[in-house]
Amino acid sequence: MDYMASDGGAWSPYLVGALIGLLSMATFYFSNQPIGASTAYARIAGLIGKVFSKRHTESLKFYQETKPSIQWDVTLLLGILLGAAIAAYTGGEITGYWVPPLWEERFGSSYALRLGVAFLGGAVMAFGARLAGGCTSGHGISGALQLSVGSWVALICFFIGGMTTAKLMFGI
Amino acid sequence: MNMNMDTNTLSDHDSLIHAEGSATPHVPLPGILPLANKKAADRQKEKADTPRQIMLGLFFGVIFGFLLQKGGVGKYEVLLGALFLTDFTVMKIMLTAIATGMIGIFSLHALGLVELHVKPTRYAANIIGGLIFGVGFGLLGYCPGTGTAALGQGNFDAIAGVLGLLAGSYLYAETSDFLEATVLKWGNRGKITLPELVGARRTIFILWFVPLLATILYLLETFFPMAR
Repeated sequence: MDYMASDGGAWSPYLVGALIGLLSMATFYFSNQPIGASTAYARIAGLIGKVFSKRHTESLKFYQETKPSIQWDVTLLLGILLGAAIAAYTGGEITGYWVPPLWEERFGSSYALRLGVAFLGGAVMAFGARLAGGCTSGHGISGALQLSVGSWVALICFFIGGMTTAKLMFGI
Repeated sequence: MNMNMDTNTLSDHDSLIHAEGSATPHVPLPGILPLANKKAADRQKEKADTPRQIMLGLFFGVIFGFLLQKGGVGKYEVLLGALFLTDFTVMKIMLTAIATGMIGIFSLHALGLVELHVKPTRYAANIIGGLIFGVGFGLLGYCPGTGTAALGQGNFDAIAGVLGLLAGSYLYAETSDFLEATVLKWGNRGKITLPELVGARRTIFILWFVPLLATILYLLETFFPMAR
């Protein structure tokens, strides 16, 4: 298996990184908001929770502090989906698969296995993000660039946890 | 210093933005928004965002998603490569974004144009939550932002990841009462920053830190050049 095979992105990582840095300046200036992705999932989950039990969802301590409603961060997340689709479509990079080739090489082509592990991984990751107070965007970029101690600690732990898990899964 | 901001001033900020936004959506008015920012709180959670904010979120999200996809970090192989330490695309993007944004945002802040949004440091929660996040990151192969970008480019396995993220978020909310009374209290240091931790002036610290990040990027590029 060739784990080294990867062609990176269509654009230079330095160009993309610098533009994300400029984008951060823009969101601070125009929206008074740092870029972050994980809180939006929590809001959407709360909105879905309210459909099933409004009273229970609103009774939860977390949702008293983080309102389950459509806010700046929720539309930011929807924008990410749209922006990535535009970039991939215009760049001829639409993938259209259910099992990534690298996963298939190691674990086979079962949809159920890939989707089951992806769901589990997403759930574990969201729980960790909420406990840590952010994700790779919120802590890893926005928090780290403001020199927040907790963000750097969390960012390092994201990679320690991720590298260990990937190593165990792929046995390398 | 903006370390202790009062969330009660939030309504001022929102009403000012609304007043401005209703007249000229999407057009910045320097001098008005910065004034609003001066009084703004560091969180938006108390009150609903205005339509202008909602649209700005979508606009900035489209740019962010576009950049993530062009950077290649919507790809499972690239993200796993970061965890195998065989593909440094993620590190290069993150460190460049951090260095650029650090100079830019602290400069804007020095000019009084933006508020800071320093996340609080809670050592136990940052470490335990961070490690749990990492386990999920390894299993899924995408993070919350790049997972959405992955879905946008047609990696349909990210749908299961998104559903998992929603489920995990709700599960956290279910346990938030307990966690806020325990783990989140352990090692809670508030909004401390690296310069404060080492006892340096912020400007001096940044003047050392940005070249350090640049050196790391230079070494990464030397030993792990593009596309590997």
